[in-house]
Amino acid sequence: MTTTEKKPLEKVCIICAKGSIEDVYAALVMANGAVMEGIETKLFFTFFGLDAITKKQMKHLHTATVGNPAMRMPGGLPFPTLLGAIPFVESGVSAMMRSQMAKLDIPDVEEFLEMITAGGGEIFACKLAADMFKLEKEDLHEEVKDIITVGQFYELAEGDRTQIIFT
Amino acid sequence: MAEITVNGKSIQLTEDGYMTDPSQWDKDVAVALAKADNFELTDDHFKVLEYLRKEYEAGATLTIRKVGKSGIVDIKGLYKLFPGGPLKFSSKYAGIPKPTSCV
Repeated sequence: MTTTEKKPLEKVCIICAKGSIEDVYAALVMANGAVMEGIETKLFFTFFGLDAITKKQMKHLHTATVGNPAMRMPGGLPFPTLLGAIPFVESGVSAMMRSQMAKLDIPDVEEFLEMITAGGGEIFACKLAADMFKLEKEDLHEEVKDIITVGQFYELAEGDRTQIIFT
Repeated sequence: MAEITVNGKSIQLTEDGYMTDPSQWDKDVAVALAKADNFELTDDHFKVLEYLRKEYEAGATLTIRKVGKSGIVDIKGLYKLFPGGPLKFSSKYAGIPKPTSCV
């Protein structure tokens, strides 16, 4: 017998462990999208992902121009890795990414965090990584609820309709 | 395809319950659509619905951020008005298509 009852997601726990523009935004867009769909949302930043919620760094995220095979020149030609290694090229490319996103009306990181918490989403930092990078709660953005351990993270993920997403 | 009748007018809906013809919308239709979800609309809700309709007719892409900057209600307030689907539910009751933006 088949059943057609729908079982929508009830909770998502999204982990962001990398600090490049695209990795951070993937996590932010997914978290905000979940909140907008009425799904309970926990967003957890660890390792280099902490840059996205660190007051000093969050406005200066970058994208990798070296070792990024999907990188293209404007117009679509491949972007030579050697070119990406030249000083200032990376910051130019990152600035361009940010301006392209602004054109599409994509909010900056800070506004995104505020949108997520406005809808009831919660944002956390990983304790181990925060200790490693010597970050305290006051170094992190106000929207960050707490610095928690991996055990606490799994406690937050309880429930049989929860998904854990690692971006 | 579903259908509801409001004041003798037959309203066509998509599978998700969105109106197929936004021009059929009026306040009674909005109330009926909301009632089907056990949801009651107040004047504050209607301010948002009317804003969404105006922007939709102007061809704008609707996002919660845009509504948040409209001066009508901030994003937190929008979540309070339409819990669990600030843009989804407001678009539905405003009689405009299901939102297609990702932000």
